[in-house]
Amino acid sequence: MKIDFEHRQSAHCENGATAGLISHYGVEMSEAMAFGIGAGLFFGYIPFIRLNNLPLTTFRIAAGSIFKKVSRELGVKYKARRFRDQEQAMRVLDETIAEGIPVGLQTGAWWLPYFPDAYRFHFNMHNLVVFGKEGDNYLISDPVFPEPVVCASDDLRKARFAKGALAPKGKMYCLEEVPAQIDFPKAIKSGIRSATKAMLKYPLPIIGISGIHFLAKRLEIWPAKLGEEKALLYLGQLIRMQEEIGTGGAGFRFIYAAFLQESAAHLEDDRFGEFSQRMTDIGDRWREFAVRAARNCKGRAGADDSFPAMARILMEIADTEEKLYIDLAEAVAS
Amino acid sequence: MRKEEVPQDHGIADGLKEVAYAVDEDGRYVRVPSAGWEPKNISNYQAWEEIAKEIQSTRRKVENGEASPLAYHMARNLMDVGLLAQYMGIMRWRVKRHLKPRIFKKLGRDLLKRYASLLKVTMEELLDISLVEDPKIPGRDQE
Repeated sequence: MKIDFEHRQSAHCENGATAGLISHYGVEMSEAMAFGIGAGLFFGYIPFIRLNNLPLTTFRIAAGSIFKKVSRELGVKYKARRFRDQEQAMRVLDETIAEGIPVGLQTGAWWLPYFPDAYRFHFNMHNLVVFGKEGDNYLISDPVFPEPVVCASDDLRKARFAKGALAPKGKMYCLEEVPAQIDFPKAIKSGIRSATKAMLKYPLPIIGISGIHFLAKRLEIWPAKLGEEKALLYLGQLIRMQEEIGTGGAGFRFIYAAFLQESAAHLEDDRFGEFSQRMTDIGDRWREFAVRAARNCKGRAGADDSFPAMARILMEIADTEEKLYIDLAEAVAS
Repeated sequence: MRKEEVPQDHGIADGLKEVAYAVDEDGRYVRVPSAGWEPKNISNYQAWEEIAKEIQSTRRKVENGEASPLAYHMARNLMDVGLLAQYMGIMRWRVKRHLKPRIFKKLGRDLLKRYASLLKVTMEELLDISLVEDPKIPGRDQE
C-alpha cells in the first residue's frame, strides 16, 4: 500500500508535515507559508525551564500550535487522536493508510532508526507523515530528510509511545476536509497579527522583544555569575537552540522572511517585500551573534567577541525586530 | 543570508543535508541544502563532549563499585532516573535502588531482561560494562 504523497524536505518538521498534508489535498502550501500563517515566530528566554541542565531559549511557538492555527485559519477539518493501547494505535494507523489517507504522527526521535546519532535525543515532538506500508515497513515522509525513509513497525510503535516530557501517546492526525477556496490574504494577516502580538505585547518580561532584552542583560553577566566554563555551556546551548536542525537558520528568522516575501504576492503589497528584506538583515545579525558566541566556545574569542559585545548585538537585534513588528502590525491592522 | 553564503561545513550532521533558507541573486528566497555550519558544529560538539564526560565518569563509578552497571547504561542512553522509571513502568525509587551495586546484583532475571531490552544491550553486556564501548561522538572522525 502506497499513497501518492509528494515528499518535500523542509527545515522544520511541524511546518513540513502541515504543509505536506495540506498540499496533498490540492491546496499548494509552502513550508514558509505554513510557518507564517501558523504564527510560528516567537522568542522566549526561560531560565527556569532546563534542558540538559541549561536554560531554555526558544525561537518558535509551542509545538503543535502551528498545525492547529493553520487548520483553523484555512478552515481545514482534521481528526487527531491519542491512544492508550499500542496495538490499537498501530491498527488504526494501518486502517487509515489503507483508505488512502496520509497520516501525521507525533513521535519520539530517540526510537527512529533512520535518525543520525547526532539528532537522536529524547525529544518527543518530532512530526512525520506515514504514506504507506510494505510488508512490516512503513513508508515515511520525514520532513527533515531529503528523501522518504522506511521504518520497521516495531520501531515506529516505540517512537509513537516514547516516554518523558510531552510524550506523544500515539498521537496521530489526518485531514478530513480542505476547502477548495481559501482566503490566503485573510489567513496571512491573521498569522502576522498573532506573531507580532506575541513578540510585542506578551505580558511576561521573558517573552518577545522584552525577552531578547532580558537575555542580553543576563548574558552580559554570565561569566561573572556562573564562571567561565558554565557561561560557555550556556552560550553553546543558545547557539544550538538558534541554529539546530529545524530553524532554517537564524532562529526561524529566514523562514519568516521567506513567508513575508510570499505574502507580498498574495497581498499584492510591495511593502511586504521590504519587510522581508528587513527580516533577512535581522537574521544575518543573529548569525553574526552565533559566530561570535561559537568563537568563545572554541576558545578563540577576539576583542569584539566579549560577552558585553555580544549583549550589545542582542540589544540591537531587539530594537530592529521591535520596529519591524510595529510596522508589520500596522500593515495588517485593517 | 545569500545563496552562495549557505555554509557547507561538514561535521555534526554526519552527511545529512538540511534545508537552509537564503536569497538568490534576484533577492528571491530559495531553499538550499546545507551540510552544516561551523558555529553549529562547535556548539553541538560541546554538548556531546559534556555527555561523553558524564558517561566516562559513570563508567569509573561502576568500576570503583560506587554504582551498578545500570547507572552506566542509563547514562549511555541519555536517560535519567525519571525517564528510565517511566519506560520500565516502575516507581522512581525502585530504579534508584537498582543503581546500587549491592541491590542490582540480587535483581531477578525478568527485570534484568526488561532492562536489557529497553537499553538495547544483551544480558551479558548489561551485567558487565567492560563488554560495552562508550558511544562515539557523532560525525567526528574516529582515530
